[in-house]
Amino acid sequence: MLKVNELSGGYDGKQIVKNMTFHVEKGKILGILGPNGSGKSTLLKMISGVLKPTRGGILIEDRPINSYDIKQLAKKMAVLPQLNASVFTNSVYDAVSLGRYPHQSGFFSTWSKEDENLVQRAMESTGVSHYRNQHLEFLSGGEQQRVFIAQALAQDSELLLLDEPTNHLDIAHQKQILDMIRMQVELNGLTVVSIFHDINLASLYCDELLLIENGEIRAFGEPHEVIMQDQIADVYKARIVTYPHPELPKPQITMLPTNELERKKATINKKNFIITDEYVKYNSPSPLKVISSAVHNAGMGWYDTFLNRAIAPEYDIYNVKEETEQFLRHNRFSPTNTVVMLTAVKTKCAAIQHFSKGNVEISVMVTAGIGNGVDVTKAYLREDEPHIGTINTWVFINGKLTDEAFIQAMITATEAKTKALADQQIKDPLTNTTATSTATDSLLIAATQQGEEMPYAGPITEVGKLIGRAVFEVTVSAIIKYKEHTIL
Amino acid sequence: MYLKNSKYIYAYIASIALLLCSLWIGVSFGTVNIPISTLWDKATDPIAYSILWKIRMPRVILAAIVGASLAIAGAAFQGLLKNPLADPYTLGISSGASVGAVMTIFLGISIPVLGAFTLPVFSMAGAAFTMVIVLSFARLVDRSMKMETLILTGIIFSSFLGSCISLMVALTGEELRAIIGWLLGSVSMRGWSYVNMVLPFMIIGTSIIWFNRRELNAMIYGEERAQYLGVNVKRSKYMILAGGSILTGSAVAASGTIGFVGLVVPHMIRLLVGADHRHLLTLSFLNGASLLVICDLVSRTIISPVELPIGVITSFIGAPVFAYIFFKQRRKVVA
Repeated sequence: MLKVNELSGGYDGKQIVKNMTFHVEKGKILGILGPNGSGKSTLLKMISGVLKPTRGGILIEDRPINSYDIKQLAKKMAVLPQLNASVFTNSVYDAVSLGRYPHQSGFFSTWSKEDENLVQRAMESTGVSHYRNQHLEFLSGGEQQRVFIAQALAQDSELLLLDEPTNHLDIAHQKQILDMIRMQVELNGLTVVSIFHDINLASLYCDELLLIENGEIRAFGEPHEVIMQDQIADVYKARIVTYPHPELPKPQITMLPTNELERKKATINKKNFIITDEYVKYNSPSPLKVISSAVHNAGMGWYDTFLNRAIAPEYDIYNVKEETEQFLRHNRFSPTNTVVMLTAVKTKCAAIQHFSKGNVEISVMVTAGIGNGVDVTKAYLREDEPHIGTINTWVFINGKLTDEAFIQAMITATEAKTKALADQQIKDPLTNTTATSTATDSLLIAATQQGEEMPYAGPITEVGKLIGRAVFEVTVSAIIKYKEHTIL
Repeated sequence: MYLKNSKYIYAYIASIALLLCSLWIGVSFGTVNIPISTLWDKATDPIAYSILWKIRMPRVILAAIVGASLAIAGAAFQGLLKNPLADPYTLGISSGASVGAVMTIFLGISIPVLGAFTLPVFSMAGAAFTMVIVLSFARLVDRSMKMETLILTGIIFSSFLGSCISLMVALTGEELRAIIGWLLGSVSMRGWSYVNMVLPFMIIGTSIIWFNRRELNAMIYGEERAQYLGVNVKRSKYMILAGGSILTGSAVAASGTIGFVGLVVPHMIRLLVGADHRHLLTLSFLNGASLLVICDLVSRTIISPVELPIGVITSFIGAPVFAYIFFKQRRKVVA
């Protein structure tokens, strides 16, 4: 659809765009990314035909753009420049109708049924029909932008160029406009080339991305080929990290502030544990990075309060979400900053211990209810109802863990727990084999993310060794406490 | 679709009725009131008949032509420059046209090919020349040509050209003193020859601008956007500017500088029916004619038998409207 070949050009003899070559296929969205002043707008101006290139060529459907006259070009390509205020405005309907300008000719140009239909359809698909008689100046920025998109759609061209279509819009309007453009691409085979300021939006909505640096192409390809941590950081001269989108296979980025917010020094200390009849609580002076299988705030995140809550056996497990929130609010815990696990074990049976070796410090807390021992290798034989977590393990680490270190820490801790069950000869009552866990164990690994970097936490690393030993010893002591308590 | 909206139909009916009415009272009222029937009844009162045909009719028709020309030129300038304060007078184009006209009289220029059209042609040249200079200077000062920049530039050039005229007047003897009265703007004592002189230019200028009505609609959203919509911006711009110069130059050649007509009329129309140039241009044309016919009637009857220059009346109405638009636009920017 669009071919840009060895294109160079700029203003006043100054070369801004240098030797760019790329092609866009029909029915695709190409996003143009690049820092301010990298030549994005200049490139778009050359493609749109208002700026003559000094070298190279632009082909639309294999025909050079300078072989089209202005009206023909407008039939092939609609352009949406950045929104700017106008002194005089017409009604929405009149503004959208202007999109039909290139299709009309003659002194008394006639308005055909097709013109009218296209205008109506453009207004409907952008959702501006219901204020068709209002004047543009009384509409918000987002609404105005939608009117101009309707105008561009009424132009009925196959190629649409956009210059930051979501500039100054709130996220609801950003989404609305980009969803709408995406829909036109999928339904009508529209081809779109758009400048984006927001890398994350570009990643979400574009099929291909073009990353520009100092007027040259730095990268061109699918989002995952362009939005790479080191490349983006280098081009934009900003510290960023990439992470996967939670639901879509599209990379996202986030900034890392250089003057890191004054974070309180976090240490791991046994004194931070408080045990009441209701719960075991750990309160960290500053948030910890956590991965857990808790009932509240599970998964990965940053939290500073951790509760292991003792509950009665008749607790309604099916209502756990609402009940937990109620409990937190009632006891003045922040629901967004607290991780909660549940246990049927009395809190006085909790085993807590602090370990350190060299620079590595960890604290471990375990409550172990072993009435429901399960041999995981024989678990396919059972059909249990879900019930309350019975061995809850917390591991607090003073150090900076990578993602792989977190996962290795979970594996190491789980293996140590299994070994502790074997050591205490806990059996699966159903199969009478050695239990490997109970039915609903929970694990939490939390790290200060300050101090020493720990890239790995496997069993032969310093931290791994400590985790293995600590979880084993604390779990054993928790099982012993539990046994003593149940016998009494 | 064109006239689907009934507000336009009412606007056209009202405008045409207003124009006919003002022509009628313009012709029949004055220092002596003469019934309009005299126009086709020579026998009853030959003197009145001759006043009507020789004095009143050309005067009223000339006022209508000048008013229509200035109003449509103003509407076109405003749309093209996206500036609600633009009009031949505020941009200094009228002053440029006056210099052209005064020079023609001052130097006694008469070009045989042009004949009676020498004066308006030089006047138009003065208008076009001034416009090019004012626009390029304003662009030089401020690439985005903000509203105030353009008007200030207009004022600067207006005062400069005004003093050029004063100098020329001072350098000559008595006969050019009469020019001063003419410069203030008047349609009196012109006769049919002036009507014949400006009519062709009004038709040409109006056609050029009207031909670009849809392009003007696109250009109010900016020249870049207009080009993306398929408008040949360069061609339309030159055509509109040329049309505006022709209208202003010929109007000034016939009646001197009459200010604010091109500002007030399009502004009122925009308030009433909106900024769609397909209607704005035509309605400005009709109502510009009515406004100037009425202003002329007021100027010659308000302190009769003394006649005020018509420019006094139009400025009396126009300056407050100018102030109001300026206030409103500034407030819009602040908000």
